[in-house]
Amino acid sequence: MNNLVKQSLAGLRVLLVLTVITGVLYPLAVWGVSRVPGLQANAEGSITSRNGQAVGSSLIGVDPVAEDPANDPWFHTRPSALAKDPLGPGDPSSSLGSNKSAVNEDYDAVVAERRTLIARREGVAEDRVPQDAVTASASGLDPQISPAYAELQVARVARVTGLPVDEVRALVADHTTGRGLGVLGDPAVTVLDLNLAVRAAK
Amino acid sequence: MSSTVAGLLQVAVLLAALAVVYRPLGDYMARVFSTAKHTRAEAAVYRVVRVDPDSEQRWGTYAQGVLGFSFVSVVLLYLLQRLQPLLPFDFGRGAVPPGMAFNNAASFVSNTNWQSYVPEVVMGHTVQMVGLTVQNFVSAAVGLAVAMALVRGFIRSKTDRLGNFWVDLVRGTLRILLPMAFLSAIVLIGLGVVMSLRSGVTVVGPDGAEHTIALAPAASQESIKLLGTNGGGIFNANSAHPFENPNSWSNLVEIFLLLVIPVSLTRTFGKLVGNPKQGYVLLGVMGTLWSGMLAVIWWAESTGLRPLEGKETRFGVAGSALFADSTTGTSTGAVNSMHDSYSGLGGGGTLLNMLFGEMTPGGVGTGLYSILVMAIIAMFLAGLMVGRTPEYLGKKLGKREVTAAAVSILAMPTVLLLGVGIALVLPGTSGALNNPGAHGFSEVLYAYASASNNNGSAFAGITVTNDWFQSSLGVCMLLGRFIPIVAVLCLAGSLAAQKKVPESAGTLPTTGPLFATLLGGSVVLVAALTFVPALALGPIAEALL
Repeated sequence: MNNLVKQSLAGLRVLLVLTVITGVLYPLAVWGVSRVPGLQANAEGSITSRNGQAVGSSLIGVDPVAEDPANDPWFHTRPSALAKDPLGPGDPSSSLGSNKSAVNEDYDAVVAERRTLIARREGVAEDRVPQDAVTASASGLDPQISPAYAELQVARVARVTGLPVDEVRALVADHTTGRGLGVLGDPAVTVLDLNLAVRAAK
Repeated sequence: MSSTVAGLLQVAVLLAALAVVYRPLGDYMARVFSTAKHTRAEAAVYRVVRVDPDSEQRWGTYAQGVLGFSFVSVVLLYLLQRLQPLLPFDFGRGAVPPGMAFNNAASFVSNTNWQSYVPEVVMGHTVQMVGLTVQNFVSAAVGLAVAMALVRGFIRSKTDRLGNFWVDLVRGTLRILLPMAFLSAIVLIGLGVVMSLRSGVTVVGPDGAEHTIALAPAASQESIKLLGTNGGGIFNANSAHPFENPNSWSNLVEIFLLLVIPVSLTRTFGKLVGNPKQGYVLLGVMGTLWSGMLAVIWWAESTGLRPLEGKETRFGVAGSALFADSTTGTSTGAVNSMHDSYSGLGGGGTLLNMLFGEMTPGGVGTGLYSILVMAIIAMFLAGLMVGRTPEYLGKKLGKREVTAAAVSILAMPTVLLLGVGIALVLPGTSGALNNPGAHGFSEVLYAYASASNNNGSAFAGITVTNDWFQSSLGVCMLLGRFIPIVAVLCLAGSLAAQKKVPESAGTLPTTGPLFATLLGGSVVLVAALTFVPALALGPIAEALL
């Protein structure tokens, strides 16, 4: 037992030294390097500003709310488990998935309601609404949507903003990221950047 | 290009990257743990902490070092969380409640990194850096040290000395984990991972709505979280959060980081025992099971009812399945998608990966020592079949060795099934579940599997903040970690004391397909015999619905 106490005391001394190295010096060194121009913007959250005002992060999806739902000018993000309603903005001060399984009747109803609401908003049949539009992302903050969901919204955004459909479609293409190296992940459309571009084009 | 072809090529890119670093990293780690030289920095550390780096320890002292170090780690991490209001960068988040603080301390010290807390609400930056980041490093280094002690048991003969725990711990931290973590943290920032000392940033969206976006010093923790097969996110959504894993590139880098050390350790092992083929055969078994489970999870998720529920658009199904298979096959437990929303078969696959005992390829160090223990079990079974005293790497496997191996293997299922059994009869459990029926049962099974195997991922819909879950899961993490470690060190001690027996015509070669089949079969067989009844009630029932 004496040996265990002796080893614990040695352990405490080693832990304190390693705490200084890996818990203080190491993170501060990484932070220091992150102040380099070119890294700093990333390190502080890839914030986008317009006229000096921070409007959001390209990496964080928060669903915009239309003043007049009948004249909705925004591209919408995926549903978020952080939101109070089936659709609508989540709170990016936290992050959360729904954690709902595929066999869950209560959740089936939520998904069905989202499909109905989106189909009505876009004026299309329910079976045209893609999967990502009705399912909650893992983070609740997915900044992107599938190209299919963006395409579904093009006609409405063009109509409400008065922009030609082809121009809106071109803006969608501009804000679509392909697969990294041509093979990594899936193609996706960044919603905040796209909305800002649409507003600028108006 | 179809998403299946893209996904397969994505796997190929990952494997190619691992293949490039396999030898240099494996050989480097072998040198780190076998050279007699100390660097200047290390010599200074040994002077400050007053340990003699050149004195070697018996297995009992080595084990007491591990236990003593881990004990003070739990105490210090508990106190840091309880005293959070006194620390800078706490953002008024207050003292972490006692049950949660114990669970977190057990979790990070045991390399589990299970999260019963919402970091954005509970944990300030000081506790993250000075408490959690430190354990991300040292708990991984403890795993490395124990693995190296076991390898020394095989390569040494007629000695009672296994090396010096403090030297192994310091070298693993300073020479392997720290430089790799630093470099990969910078790479991750370059790819968009945040590294901010602010608590958040307020923005006014294009629709005029004001929001606060949480920030954190993520990159420095992200890199070691993956490299050390830890898995605790600095944000609640873990590697699904865009600030921890912003794009398909960072996703690939992160999967690479969580596999690279466990995979390369098979090279280290082969190098140290003097025959790289001994390592390749272990890698072959690990890789076969990893690939098989990847195929199952990927296929199941591609064909599921709601394939994108709980997945991020940028990763897609392939990038999510690859991460899920790798994080549960190593004991990492970071997630880039919510396993709770996986299909019966896909979620069952991630669960089974843990129930294999975390050796495909397993955690940093723990994967290597776990599969070596399983190799002893496999050779014992083979010995029973042919009626010979089993040997492995020139050491006889007698009663003491096989007993230690059996204790090490059986600790996890014992604490796991006891925990699940008790949880199920407690009245509070049904109210803690997020999904009905078989899937609700799976949430409980997954929680105890994750804790007992020191994985840390979750079917995260389950609410585990009541005292029973906080304390029982914490105890499962500690027992699931330290019973096997003590058994493995005891095994190492008794192997080192033997003299080497020369190979004879009757020795079963352990570099060929026969041994690989025997070993892989043992991994699957032990898991199947132990867990099929439990799996039948959860994921199997759900998959058949």
